[in-house]
Amino acid sequence: MIRFDNVGLRYGMEPEVLSDVSFHIPAQSFQFLTGPSGAGKTSLLRLLFMSLRPTRGQISIFGKDVLSIDRRELPLLRRRIGVVFQDFRLLNHMTIFENVALPLRVRGRVISNYHRDVIELLKWVGLGEKIHALPPVLSGGEKQRVAIARALIDQPEILLADEPTGNVDPHMARRLLRLFIELNRSGTAVVIATHDLGLMEQVDARRMILSAGRMDIFG
Amino acid sequence: MNETRPIATEPVLPDKAMTPIVPPGNTAGQAMALVVAIMSFLACLTVGAVSLVNQSAVTWQSQISREATVQIRPARGLDVETALAEARAVAVGFDGVRAARVIGRDETLGLLEPWLGAGLELDQLPLPRLVVITIDEDSPPDFAAMRSAIAEVVPNATLDDHRAWVSRLVSMARTMTFAGTCVLVLVLAALVMTVVFATRGAMAGNHEVIEVLHFVGARGGFIARQFQNRFLVIGLRGAAAGGLAAIIVFIASSLWASRNLTTAENEQLSAFFGDFTIGMGAYIGVMLVVVLVGLLTMLTARLTVLRVLHEFDEKRADPSR
Repeated sequence: MIRFDNVGLRYGMEPEVLSDVSFHIPAQSFQFLTGPSGAGKTSLLRLLFMSLRPTRGQISIFGKDVLSIDRRELPLLRRRIGVVFQDFRLLNHMTIFENVALPLRVRGRVISNYHRDVIELLKWVGLGEKIHALPPVLSGGEKQRVAIARALIDQPEILLADEPTGNVDPHMARRLLRLFIELNRSGTAVVIATHDLGLMEQVDARRMILSAGRMDIFG
Repeated sequence: MNETRPIATEPVLPDKAMTPIVPPGNTAGQAMALVVAIMSFLACLTVGAVSLVNQSAVTWQSQISREATVQIRPARGLDVETALAEARAVAVGFDGVRAARVIGRDETLGLLEPWLGAGLELDQLPLPRLVVITIDEDSPPDFAAMRSAIAEVVPNATLDDHRAWVSRLVSMARTMTFAGTCVLVLVLAALVMTVVFATRGAMAGNHEVIEVLHFVGARGGFIARQFQNRFLVIGLRGAAAGGLAAIIVFIASSLWASRNLTTAENEQLSAFFGDFTIGMGAYIGVMLVVVLVGLLTMLTARLTVLRVLHEFDEKRADPSR
């Protein structure tokens, strides 16, 4: 589904933040992306989400070379990827329901077509009672779950989550992890960027470890 | 996963009940609407003022070129009344003359009264007498031929076709209209810049919304449409408020003029600016200003969104940016 071959990335004239990174993310797979702070996890996620282009090497996403993808085609490819940002990126003036429904709204779907799906998904992530709440009144864990629900609402082929447990307590972290595992069982590939060793130890999944811009893969 | 999900029981809201994607009201939007309203008001007032000056200039020119005057100076042995009648008869005989009227004794006294006071004995003063000739503006008479014909019959008569006045007034009117148009252009330029900067300022707070929409897979056109529609409403609301305020000023000035210009002092004002009635052109101008402001805010919002999206693409192509 996604393939990196000898990918390098540098910002301006700085040293490479990613060097000769090669890996393959198969469909329906589950993996952690980890490494110390500043190792390049967020940069790698941005490459996966096509918000950056590699300085060298080749990235193939859904069978397309990212360097040759037309700008107008990017939104359509992004719709096949769900992203959970570390800082949630929720729209504070919209209700939880509307935030989760946003990806469907931008695809031109009418509410009567997706209302039931959004409600069900919110109940699945444990926010069925707060569909009319606004993000500012939610806790960090609740915001995280809204962000996850928004990333999942259009049934993406792959979910990218950047430090999804960074703002929550261990109990909530375990709950979110169970959510990701259940999602993966339903057929979505999952990439979780984290440096939470405790979280990774709970799942027997592939680990992609970034260190000084280079990647080692275990499992 | 699907089997475990309970069935939704929430009532389905209509699409229109959804919160707009662009935040409906914030301080920046209100400030922008206020700035747009003030600038639109000033632009509409300028449109009205230019229209008034232009209308008055056309009226002056028309009123003066519509008439010519035969002046007969009194002389020893000249029967002024007979000379007036003869001069009038000659004038009426020319093509392009609609009417000729002798200014009678009482009317002449009336004309002089503000300067010389009442109770004048006209016969004791060597005052010239006048014949006012009304001209067909579309096909004016041959003034040279009329002048010599009148001089032949009444040697003491001179014909004034007001050409010197008309040319001065035309030149003054053109200068005033040009100056007014320059002011209007400057005000409109200021309006355009204010609207553009106010829109961009109000848009700055929405950068995050653009980013989120971009990342959830919205196309550039969709994102631009959300913002341009929102800012069109803000721009039109501000411009309509400014335009309405200007129209109220127009109507108030017309009402004031109709009540106060009947006094002798204000007749001087009325001579320059007519009856202070703002013509239809000014009202059309106000509507055009409102439409212009609406389109400008919409276009600026659209271009700002597209520029932000372009920046995302630039950043994507060059990570160091």
